[in-house]
Amino acid sequence: MTLQRIWTRGAIYLVLIAFCAFYLMPFYVMVITSLKPYTDVNVTRMWELPKGIYFEGILQAWTAVAPNFWNSIVITVPAVVISSLMGSVNGYIFAKWRFRGADTLFILFLVGMFLPYQGILIPLVLTLQAFGLYGKVIGLIMVHCIFGIPITALLFRSYYTGIPNELLDAAKIDGCGFFGIYRHILLPISMPAFAVVLLWQFTSIWNDYLIGLVVLGNPRLAPINVAVVNIAGSWTVEWNVQMAAALIAAMPTILVYLLLGKLFMRGLLAGALKG
Amino acid sequence: MKSLNRREFMKFAALGTSAAALAACATPTAAPGAAPAAGSTAASGAAAGGGQLEIFSWWTSGGEVEALNALYDIYSAQYPDVEIVNAALTGGAGQGGNMKALLETRMQGGQPPDSFQVHLGRELIDSHVVPGRMEDLSFLYEEEGLNDVFPQDLIDIASYEGKPYSVPVNIHRSNVLWYRPSKLEAAGVAVAPTTWDEFFAAAELLKTAGIPALAVAENEPNFSGHVFENILITQLDQAGYLGLFDGTTSWEDERVTRSLEILNQAYDYANQDYLSTSWGDINDRFVADDGPAMMIMGDWTHGVLLSKAFSDYRWAPAPDTAGMFMVLSDSFGLPNNAPDRDNAVNFLRVCGSREGQDAFNPIKGSIPARTDPDLSKYDEYLLSAMEDFKNNTLLPSIQHGAAVKQSFVLDYAIAINNLATNRDVAAAQAMLVQAATDAEFSA
Amino acid sequence: MATKSIAVPGERARAASTTPKRRWRINSDMLIAFFVLLPSILAVALFIYTAIGWTFYISTVKWNSQIIDYTFVGLRNWSRMFSDNRFYADLRNLVYYAIGFMSQCIIFGFIIASLLDQKIRGETLFRTIIIFPFAVSGIVTGVAWRWLMQPTTGINLLFAKIGLENFQPVWISHPDYGMWAVTIATSWQFTGYVMALYLAGLRGIPQELREAAAIDGAGTYATYRYIIIPLLMPVTFTAIVLTGMNSIRVFDVLASMSGSGPAFATDTLAFFMYQSTFGAYRYSLGATIGAFMILLSAFLIIPYLRSMRDEVER
Repeated sequence: MTLQRIWTRGAIYLVLIAFCAFYLMPFYVMVITSLKPYTDVNVTRMWELPKGIYFEGILQAWTAVAPNFWNSIVITVPAVVISSLMGSVNGYIFAKWRFRGADTLFILFLVGMFLPYQGILIPLVLTLQAFGLYGKVIGLIMVHCIFGIPITALLFRSYYTGIPNELLDAAKIDGCGFFGIYRHILLPISMPAFAVVLLWQFTSIWNDYLIGLVVLGNPRLAPINVAVVNIAGSWTVEWNVQMAAALIAAMPTILVYLLLGKLFMRGLLAGALKG
Repeated sequence: MKSLNRREFMKFAALGTSAAALAACATPTAAPGAAPAAGSTAASGAAAGGGQLEIFSWWTSGGEVEALNALYDIYSAQYPDVEIVNAALTGGAGQGGNMKALLETRMQGGQPPDSFQVHLGRELIDSHVVPGRMEDLSFLYEEEGLNDVFPQDLIDIASYEGKPYSVPVNIHRSNVLWYRPSKLEAAGVAVAPTTWDEFFAAAELLKTAGIPALAVAENEPNFSGHVFENILITQLDQAGYLGLFDGTTSWEDERVTRSLEILNQAYDYANQDYLSTSWGDINDRFVADDGPAMMIMGDWTHGVLLSKAFSDYRWAPAPDTAGMFMVLSDSFGLPNNAPDRDNAVNFLRVCGSREGQDAFNPIKGSIPARTDPDLSKYDEYLLSAMEDFKNNTLLPSIQHGAAVKQSFVLDYAIAINNLATNRDVAAAQAMLVQAATDAEFSA
Repeated sequence: MATKSIAVPGERARAASTTPKRRWRINSDMLIAFFVLLPSILAVALFIYTAIGWTFYISTVKWNSQIIDYTFVGLRNWSRMFSDNRFYADLRNLVYYAIGFMSQCIIFGFIIASLLDQKIRGETLFRTIIIFPFAVSGIVTGVAWRWLMQPTTGINLLFAKIGLENFQPVWISHPDYGMWAVTIATSWQFTGYVMALYLAGLRGIPQELREAAAIDGAGTYATYRYIIIPLLMPVTFTAIVLTGMNSIRVFDVLASMSGSGPAFATDTLAFFMYQSTFGAYRYSLGATIGAFMILLSAFLIIPYLRSMRDEVER
């Protein structure tokens, strides 16, 4: 190891550590604020360590968000799984079954990805009402799946395009049709792509605020972010409870990421997001 | 390898379908107005004569939700079979908050709650009465004798074409000057200012002592809008002020110009970082050791400062506004086609009752709308406020939805925020004039 | 381009096997494919396209108060929007935000990924920490960074403690440049994801290529400039599209961090639309802003799709 190489390695580590400090800084503030009692919490003293560990913030936060926590689970898990499966099948079709007009159709799908959802709250409510789905959890799951159609199809299509057509030709010779190819060739090797899509969808749906609130029409049934925001009062905010609630709300996503971490990296490697 | 992956896939599918099944089971209870799963006796709640009561509000935490619960307790004591669904959501006190967005989508979707919190006055009237969504409450006022216990000025604010449409639960005062005696003393200011000339004299002394005179939080619009309305009433008389909202007083009037100039001058003595401070943090600023000496803010400040165990403060009417009481009030109305109309009407009865208001207001830190409260329940500040409420001229607040419709309040707050940022009186006044034109004020 | 097509294992096979245009022929499998796709087509048409259609329709009527009013007024709402100062402030903010956000995410994402690619000990730990913020919701990001950007007590306090008392910017409350400060918070959240994209891309570059470059005498800088960065173009393009999409739609973070800011310093089209609709009940004006946003987005998708088509046909 030459001296220059030691310096270079050292510099690399330093830079990485500096970046990490930057990325951890907000978490630091959030954690220490959660552990303070209300009387000590003040925006002018945000960097000070708590004088002891007080759990009142965390306990209060959990009581406030617990019902919505379970709401979020009930909403997010099915929506993520179903939308991922749908994306997989749709991506497969767009990648391997190019019937006439498929490309135009795909472009039309993608336009939906750019829709600013704040603007379509009212027509969304009216459409759901027409189908009797307004105010129902099933309706919300469906809305999340539909809003996820474009991006999941895009991600899977990119992934499947990288799979050589000879494999499909071979399967066809063996007598596989549409479903056979999917079940025997594509699905077994789709795990990495699923990881990518599951992570993106879980993050978007779990962190959703407005769609869940408006489609269900009731703050008590709404996803967890609504409960987190509700901790703020009209004229003043109990910051220790607020920060604790925000951390609690972020836990499941971090957990999902840790679990999917390895699969995630393999999924990207195989071209899921390279366009 | 293949079989393992298939097993994984089956696990996924099983997970998905079971979760979907769970959601499907949850579906029947998820319609708005239906019993939420957590801790409710959903099955037994459908008893005859019971039903539900769904109330929307933006009182989600702290003293506010405790006060609301006090009302609910009284209600439940009288109607134990009714299940109360407290659908509270933040973002209702300002314009364009989430609570208002949700309420709007519910109303547009034809599924109103049984009742909802709304500021008394034009906010209710322009947003909900004029489009024909609310029931006339004259019958209730008659039955409960509210016409005799509410001040006539207040009933006028609550009414449209002579009929009242909501029941005010509380009264807050907008034009209050909060000051820290220790700070004034430190600068050599003998007595809290009662006029704007005295204010500026005091501000000079404070400036020399290195203390900001006025707490301002203008990171986004609204705070200064609140301060400004309390200056408008010092330059315009009652008729002139009210005329601003029906076209009889022009927003180009020189009295409006003078009001803007006073506010503009006040910014010279505000806390240095007033453009970076948000309304939610202003109280932290006020109580800090290096905080400002005075603040013009509504009287919920009293409750907030108490909760921070802070005692270095006193109050007085905002400069030049002695004898005036700038009113804002939280109230509840009755939407058309309320799912449980009888329960809703009973709730409104509780809101208007002496017992209800005396349970709610001491906790909330406001005074009752009724003129016959049980005085023993209220603290020093509230008692003095009640006196003023009885004897002063009542004026409706702009910023808090009593005087004028929401679209104007939004434009107004933006115009004043512009003044705070650009310090240009003429430009701000032009924006106010444009806002008035957009609002189509007419008698 | 020869070098590009052998960059990734899958692509090599694809380039070799894809026939120029797949011949379209009717058979039962094609029909099945279409019918399996049909529910998604219907759902998208019903929920997304009717909503888009509704938005454009409402932008042409007179519904600007709580009283529903479908009187046709043509482009009056549009001219009103184009004459509003707030609209132009929003466009300016969009440009600032897009440049600031996209450049930070892509540049830092690339730099961090390149560093991590150097066989670092503890790579997993670094990677995990940097992608943690991605798991946090926009609202929480906004709340945490609002505190950090308080001019006297946030990060500025840290600066003062290490001796930089004179460097005390007002961050998000600066009337002209507040938006740039917002991008610091949002890129804090998103850079980790871009880093992951680049890391995977880097991992996909065969070692032989780098060795060949070294043998030819290329230093680190040249290797990056002529081999690695061009090979990562597809990743960069995806990153551009994803961050661009975010720039137009950003809402939650801003609403909880600074709202519209002093004199619209941090206002956006999305927030303007939301406030017009649910704050001032000017539904038609809100719909007009929404329709404009959709048109703006469409102009951004087209180049992406064109290049994607080109890539497939390569």
